[in-house]
Amino acid sequence: MLDQLEQKARQALDATPDSDALAAWHRHYLGKKGAATQMLRSVSALPPEERPAFGQAVNRLKRALETAFEARQAVIQRQEMEQQLASGAIDVTLSGRPTGPGHLHLTTQTLRQIYAIFAGMGFQVYEAPDVETDELNFGLLNMPPEHPARDMWDTFWIGDQVLLRTHTSPGQIRVMRERYPEPIRVILPGKCYRYEQITARAEHQFYQVEGLAVGRGIQMTDLIGTLTEFARRFYEPDRRIRIRGSYFPFTEPSIEADMDCILCNGKGCRVCKYSGWLEVCGAGMVHPVVLQNGGYDPEEWSGFAFGFGVERPAMVKYGIDDIRYFYGNDLRFSTQF
Amino acid sequence: MLVPVSWLREYVEIQLPPHELAERLTLAGLDVESIKLIGLPGAELPWQPEKILVGELLAVHPHPDADRLVLAEVDYGGPEPEVVVSGPPSLLPLRGQSGLQRKVVFALEGARLWDPYAAEPKIKTLKATKIRGVASRAMVCSEKELGLSDEHEDIIYLPDDAPVGTPLVDYLGDAVFDIDIKGPFAHLYSIVGVARETAALLGTALRRDVLEVLDRHPAELTPTTDFIELEIADPDLCSRYTAAFIRGVTVGPSPFWMQTRLRRAGMRPINNIVDVTNYVMLELGQPLHAFDYHVLRPRPGEERPAIVVRRARPGERMATLDRVQRTFDGEMLLITDGGGPVAVAGVMGGLDSEVETKTEDILLESANFDFLNVRRTSRLLGLASEASLRFGRQVDPELTVTAAARAAHLMAELGGGTVVPVIGDVYPGRHAPTAIKFDPAEATRILGIEVPVDTITRILASLEFQVAEDNQRPGILQVTPPSHRPDVTRPVDLVEEVARIWGYDRFPTTLLRDELPPQRANLRLLGAERVRDILAGCGLDEVITYSLVDLEDEGNLLQTEANAGEYLRVINPLSAERSYLRRTLLPTLLHTARENLRFLERVNIFEIGAVYLPRKGELLPDEPRRLGIVMTGPREERSWLPGQDREAVGFYTLKGVTEALLKGLGLEGVFEPGAHAAFHPGRCAQLQVGGEVVGVMGEIHPAVREAFDLPAQPLCALELDLDRLLACWGAPRTLEPLSTHPPVYEDLALVVGQETPALQVRDLIAQAGQPLLRSVTLFDVYCGEQVAAGKKSLAYRLTYQADDRTLTDREVGRLREKIIRRLERELGAVLRG
Ligand SMILES: [Zn+2]
Repeated sequence: MLDQLEQKARQALDATPDSDALAAWHRHYLGKKGAATQMLRSVSALPPEERPAFGQAVNRLKRALETAFEARQAVIQRQEMEQQLASGAIDVTLSGRPTGPGHLHLTTQTLRQIYAIFAGMGFQVYEAPDVETDELNFGLLNMPPEHPARDMWDTFWIGDQVLLRTHTSPGQIRVMRERYPEPIRVILPGKCYRYEQITARAEHQFYQVEGLAVGRGIQMTDLIGTLTEFARRFYEPDRRIRIRGSYFPFTEPSIEADMDCILCNGKGCRVCKYSGWLEVCGAGMVHPVVLQNGGYDPEEWSGFAFGFGVERPAMVKYGIDDIRYFYGNDLRFSTQF
Repeated sequence: MLVPVSWLREYVEIQLPPHELAERLTLAGLDVESIKLIGLPGAELPWQPEKILVGELLAVHPHPDADRLVLAEVDYGGPEPEVVVSGPPSLLPLRGQSGLQRKVVFALEGARLWDPYAAEPKIKTLKATKIRGVASRAMVCSEKELGLSDEHEDIIYLPDDAPVGTPLVDYLGDAVFDIDIKGPFAHLYSIVGVARETAALLGTALRRDVLEVLDRHPAELTPTTDFIELEIADPDLCSRYTAAFIRGVTVGPSPFWMQTRLRRAGMRPINNIVDVTNYVMLELGQPLHAFDYHVLRPRPGEERPAIVVRRARPGERMATLDRVQRTFDGEMLLITDGGGPVAVAGVMGGLDSEVETKTEDILLESANFDFLNVRRTSRLLGLASEASLRFGRQVDPELTVTAAARAAHLMAELGGGTVVPVIGDVYPGRHAPTAIKFDPAEATRILGIEVPVDTITRILASLEFQVAEDNQRPGILQVTPPSHRPDVTRPVDLVEEVARIWGYDRFPTTLLRDELPPQRANLRLLGAERVRDILAGCGLDEVITYSLVDLEDEGNLLQTEANAGEYLRVINPLSAERSYLRRTLLPTLLHTARENLRFLERVNIFEIGAVYLPRKGELLPDEPRRLGIVMTGPREERSWLPGQDREAVGFYTLKGVTEALLKGLGLEGVFEPGAHAAFHPGRCAQLQVGGEVVGVMGEIHPAVREAFDLPAQPLCALELDLDRLLACWGAPRTLEPLSTHPPVYEDLALVVGQETPALQVRDLIAQAGQPLLRSVTLFDVYCGEQVAAGKKSLAYRLTYQADDRTLTDREVGRLREKIIRRLERELGAVLRG
């Protein structure tokens, strides 16, 4: 009799389709008036000696059914949750709620990369003013008045002795005078100005980063190594560097560093003017006159300096063909980076 | 400078192909920016060696069927002379003549040539054809067909000694380097100068024939000659004046080879005399000037014409060769004769003493002028020439006599005259060469490479430096630079010569091994970068605008004419819009907003940059950094989602950003009603941080908006002094303990006067609620029917919490009473039901 009941109950349980049916099943078999309870009540009809055994059997049955019920309940709940989730599906291709950050200027982003690379080599940022004296911009950099090399920079003049700096190099003198007699490793970023008509290739305002290292054993090979390291970290690790002689009044010897063109890999293209090389920077060993003007004895100290525009590397890296985008501030440009 | 390699080869043996030579020169500092190949493989039009040849025109026969055509019989080295149909004007009169022996360029069938009739440059292949019934399978070429020039009227005639049958590419092919000479080095502005560098780089010898012209044609050098009286009145500006005399020349065109070289070097042939002066200038680097001897006047009462080099009398005038009347100041140096100015020294000759066709006797000037003075004169007259280009870079004074002799003999060679073997030479500025003490170890100290001493000596000697051992100090060198290297004065200058000839491509790389300098935190930079990150995090885009601005814009911002005296002005601006240094970031930000509103509906931008404030008694201005913000357009971007905030940005949008900035920097700010001409008078606040006013923010005044042509929509802006804002940033902070006891929340709605600033109410609540009141948040502002006129209702959520216990209702109730009493007493606030 108990076996029959168990079999029937289990069949019914397996057939329950949902939570409601499951609850009804529970009431029917295990409820206060359910079949199992009824069975227990029928114990009085048995002879007294059989009663304990029968009672135990009924309780065992109840426990077994309760366990089966819980297992079935878990299955049904899971099924029902899945059904519910299925009906809650949304179009995941719709756009999200507008939020999110703005964009840093490409120059800022480029400068940060440069700072990080040079920080790794012990160079720290030193800032100097935009409006400079003729003496710092030219004179103390080994270009006394009427020096022919001054022609290399078209200058905006504010007065006889005051100008908008044409390069970040006056910062060399400032930092040397401030830090003497410490050794120096700094980079000097900043706005520079040149009296130039604005075209796709030239701006009257642009950013430059100058580097200066002064110490008791600094050599040309260190300069070449530092520039190579920079190019490989700023661009790609397998870039090649070419060093060629050049002329700057404030360095001696003077060099320029080129990198194999990242667009054509040195084969020659429009961007590298079919030379296969892109100019990375002008550099050299600090001229003894400049060291002297900064307070460092050139017989004891030596140093190197380099300088490059900030826009040009970004232009090469991102395929920008017009420098006017930088300070034209069209947000459709700036928000691409 | 344009350097034809064929010309270079005259002075130095070159085995390298042009591009390899260019690379060597470039690495050594002679930057070959481009190479123009003429006829060589790789050129735009390579002259095929088997198809384009030197030919000899033997005879010209009439064309049986055409008046304007001829049959030209040409020997091109083939088995038989070839007869071709041709029609250049110079051949028509020769019809019926033979034994002509004129050298021409002959192209055979299959030759590739420029199509002279194509509108756009186009190469065609020569095909056999029939012209008016006569077969023709080759042609006589014009310069245009060969790409030598645009000349197509007539065919090109080669010199008589051109070897028949030689491929044209071997005879006339060339590579022309365009070298960017960096630095003020006159010695590199010459073919011989570049050849000297080439010889040093290739380890070969310079052919010095032209430099030794005086050995072949000896001449007497004397300050007093019987053909000219020479006087240098201002020896500070003219260190040497040399004059040669050539008699009986015939002025005419210069020969093909000279014209070709001049053209390839970028100069236009004029006549044999002028061409020689240009040729020798290009060759040796010494500018020359040829005077018509008979135009030069003697001084009153004298026989011989005179040349006097002197400063101009202020206001003195003369017409230069370019036919412009020039007026001189008292610092400009003139070449004068007995009557007046005949040339601007080192810059340009005068029109009246120019060599003309009838000229027979030439006085040739070869002088040396002060380079700074030449630069000044050239700049002030706005007159640059090949001569001033070189003189402005310190020409070697030792060169005058060699160049004069070289040019004089070339003139005689080409013009058929005789050179007078006496050269006038006044040389008041002679300098004895100075030796430089040079320790070869210096090269290692500066370069980081070991160059053997004998290599150093060899390199320096190859550049014509004299190297000797110091008698007293063994191992130390005494190096005397050649006279053409006035730029070399220090040991480090010699180090550079060694380095660039040794070759930078041979340098190893090292990383700095030197002592690391003390590393310091740069709070100034870190602060600015932090501000950038916070504002970008708030959805603002960074811009960088121009420092040079229009004064009118500054006036538009301040709604009154800007006082120019407060600004730094550029003396030589590019334009009126870029002539003053800004004192505020706002005008350029407003312009940026306007430009972007043409394409975008929302513009939220910021800039960090310097402004320039002149300081009394100081040469340089103060350059404080400012932060500027401009926001306009809907608060949220358009999207499909419900509950979007498409209201225009307003004061509180910008204030939210400002508060986020303060929070991000960990700073406390106080906003108070502010006043600034650019802002809406009732919607402007000034911000105080650390007890100091750091800037202003608010809604832009509609009049300002209009002045900047901005659309009629709310526009909010802020400008802060970044350095003042950051003054308190980065101060050390200590942790406030976190309570584990539950907070008690309570809402408080008050009615206060309309005018009462919310800040005052908040501060009062916060003060009265000490020490258990942890936060006061305003969540509703209401004025309308529910409150009396002139009143407003403010609803706050108060949070009470203790660190050490759970608060009881009684404690909170007592505090609440205290707060309400103070609000009633001090602000007349009424608790709202
Ligand atoms: Zn390339």
